[in-house]
Amino acid sequence: MRTGFAMAVVTIVVGAIGVLSAQAPTQPLDDARGKPLHDAQYPDVDIALGAKLYGSRCITCHGAQGDAIGGVNLRSGKFRKAITDRDLATFIRAGSQSAGMPPFALDDTDMAGIIAYLRNMNTFDTATVKAGDVVRGRAIFEGKGACGTCHRVGRTGSRVAPDLTDIGSVRSAGSIQRSLLDPTSQMMPINRPVRLVMKDGTIINGRRLNEDTYTVQVIDDRERLRSILKADVKEFTISKASPMPSYKTLSSEELADLLGYLLSLKGQ
Amino acid sequence: MARPRRLVACCTVALIGLLSLRLQGQVTSQRLTSANSEPQNWLTYSGNYSSHRFSLLDQITPANVKNLELQWVYQAPVAGNWQTTPIVVDGMMYITQRPNDIIALDAVTGRLFWIYRYTPNPDRIVCCGANNRGIAILGDTLFMGTLDANLIAVDAKSGRQIWKTEVASTTAGYSITHAPLIVKDKVIVGVGGGEYGIRGFVAAYNVNTGKEAWRFYTIPGPGEKGHETWEACPPKSDGFCDPDAWKHGGGSIWMTGSYDPKLNLTYWGVGNVGPDYAGAQRPGDNLYTDSVVALDVDTGALRWHYQFTPHDVYDYDSVQVPVLVDNWGRTGIDALVWANRNGNYYALDRATGKFLLGRPFVKVNWMSDFDERGRPNQTPQPPGQPTYPGNQGGTNWYSPSFSPRTNLFYVSAWEDYASIYGPSPVEYRQGTNFTGGGPRPFGPVPGAPSFQRAPINTWTESAGHGAVLALDVATGDQKWKFAMTDVTDSGILTTASNLLFAGGREGYFQALDARTGALLWKTNLGGAINSGPMTYRVGNKQYVATVSGLSLFVFALKE
Repeated sequence: MRTGFAMAVVTIVVGAIGVLSAQAPTQPLDDARGKPLHDAQYPDVDIALGAKLYGSRCITCHGAQGDAIGGVNLRSGKFRKAITDRDLATFIRAGSQSAGMPPFALDDTDMAGIIAYLRNMNTFDTATVKAGDVVRGRAIFEGKGACGTCHRVGRTGSRVAPDLTDIGSVRSAGSIQRSLLDPTSQMMPINRPVRLVMKDGTIINGRRLNEDTYTVQVIDDRERLRSILKADVKEFTISKASPMPSYKTLSSEELADLLGYLLSLKGQ
Repeated sequence: MARPRRLVACCTVALIGLLSLRLQGQVTSQRLTSANSEPQNWLTYSGNYSSHRFSLLDQITPANVKNLELQWVYQAPVAGNWQTTPIVVDGMMYITQRPNDIIALDAVTGRLFWIYRYTPNPDRIVCCGANNRGIAILGDTLFMGTLDANLIAVDAKSGRQIWKTEVASTTAGYSITHAPLIVKDKVIVGVGGGEYGIRGFVAAYNVNTGKEAWRFYTIPGPGEKGHETWEACPPKSDGFCDPDAWKHGGGSIWMTGSYDPKLNLTYWGVGNVGPDYAGAQRPGDNLYTDSVVALDVDTGALRWHYQFTPHDVYDYDSVQVPVLVDNWGRTGIDALVWANRNGNYYALDRATGKFLLGRPFVKVNWMSDFDERGRPNQTPQPPGQPTYPGNQGGTNWYSPSFSPRTNLFYVSAWEDYASIYGPSPVEYRQGTNFTGGGPRPFGPVPGAPSFQRAPINTWTESAGHGAVLALDVATGDQKWKFAMTDVTDSGILTTASNLLFAGGREGYFQALDARTGALLWKTNLGGAINSGPMTYRVGNKQYVATVSGLSLFVFALKE
């Protein structure tokens, strides 16, 4: 059995992973030397995306169990002509005229998903993958997580951090998951915290909303919309570190529930 | 004394007649060749045959440019990216608007005389914005290429169509988006469609009849010089390899060329190879894609070529406007200078094509250096790693400018910008997309929403920014830079009074000191500026015009 925390805890129904679309996370197909990656390095969200793609693109020929073509057992995770993940990607993109397999024009994201699934097909059971509990997740969001201190959902919460009302439709599951564990890694550049010291000494701290050559628009830490002329600014600091804390302190079950709740937020 | 008086009167009448003829006279071939001698007009897409986009007008200066005020606005009724440059002839302005209209306006008031409306074939196949960038004029006739690959002649006084010639098949993906170039009795155009597997060409047509005079294929056929660069597929190809790759090898033409009357050569930049990214299925250098070709203007015969990006897999179209510089770097060489989409600034001897200079003007990692003949040593990046410059290039089709006053070459650039390429095999099917994979922007947050630019710039400093760069025309040294937060698709205009006008996606229209890059004046026009500014004079007043968003804005000094 796989040991990744999310595999054990975060369960995602395949039918519910439409959000994974083409913006699901990507992993390097292999390292710089072409060394095969160990299966533990494939994120579960990639595997889930791959399962979905497999179901739409591959299953007709290879079958649900990956063994519908004689002499080819995809569930083995091993392939005669494809040792590394890069080999596998090349093969899938090129197809095989002799074997009657057409080329597949997958982007890197989808390719990473397909490869992650093929490498883990034997242990991945889509039937048991379910989303975390939305109700419990909401309770964590509003309670222990104190997410509303900075974020807003609908008409509740703060506007200091980005509004999450539709986060479940604009971010992939993997991206949300990484946001909870490593917020800085997932912070959109436009959302970066800014600190402006004006020429008159006034200090403005806030979150950037827009910027051009001559101006910057922010929502400050008192939720005021401010448009500032750069000509009036003495110091302009853009922080690449997210002020959001990591939620590694939550249990795996709590994280799964919180993710489930965030994925349920599809806008008004 | 009666007779002399009558003679004076007659002469006066004749003179007035001549003057009025001059005021609204025909645009002769000689006038096009000597466009610099009548700076009040803007007779060709780039202002003159050397494509300097430089004007000798000097009423507006660095000292008074702050007094510019809006004179009039023309609002186009058709939505979409508007990339045209007007021409102005003796107080008349002619401008195209989407999809293929021509409008005649009073250049002083903006009031319309007529509109010629052309409805392109609804089954047309046009990539990437479906634009028209301008028209050309000779005599009393205007010439326009259309989105469905026709060439049309229109009476400049009435707006009535004179003739129409089909240049290529629109259902096979051919189109014309650039302003034609008139030389002598020929109107020269090329075809777009590099993303649809066309076989590109430049062709000349008789200005009176529309009959084709010559055609130069940018993808040489069997037996023609250059065809050998479409190499045979290896006996055992790992992936898909197309033995007939040349037949749909791209090489589109979508920006206006230049002309040297002394050499009788016309220069055209050639677009990307097809398919754009799947290089394995078209082995070889793939001439004359991503090249400049020098053609005899009377016959279309190829005099020389230089390929900027052999075997391109990055979509580095080389359609940039060729800029002709005489006595380049005081060497006595008449050069052709070029800031290419691939991130390098070049100088070539325009008589022979000899490579004189090549050096990056933005970050470049697809190549390391040049050999002595100017061939780049390519350094493909590992899969998944960023390639600089990215898919949209270090620059693109945006008109550069050369000022003989400052001896600087000005270019709109995208700095610190990269893409990650994902090639995939693709088989040619007529009229369908033929890119063979695609790039994605190199961004820091996988799984997050896609980047956006204006009006909300979510890209920001993380994935590149725009700039106007001033390069020493002889060395490529950067003399100054005007950095923008967002990227820019604006062309650049310079004037004899050392002014530079440029816009960008943010919607600002700016006047800079061409010598230093100092900001002298700006106004927010609200819409992205995706075309090249131009200037003209009527009476005693100099005007500066630019398209922003869906409107044409015209400025002049306060009275």
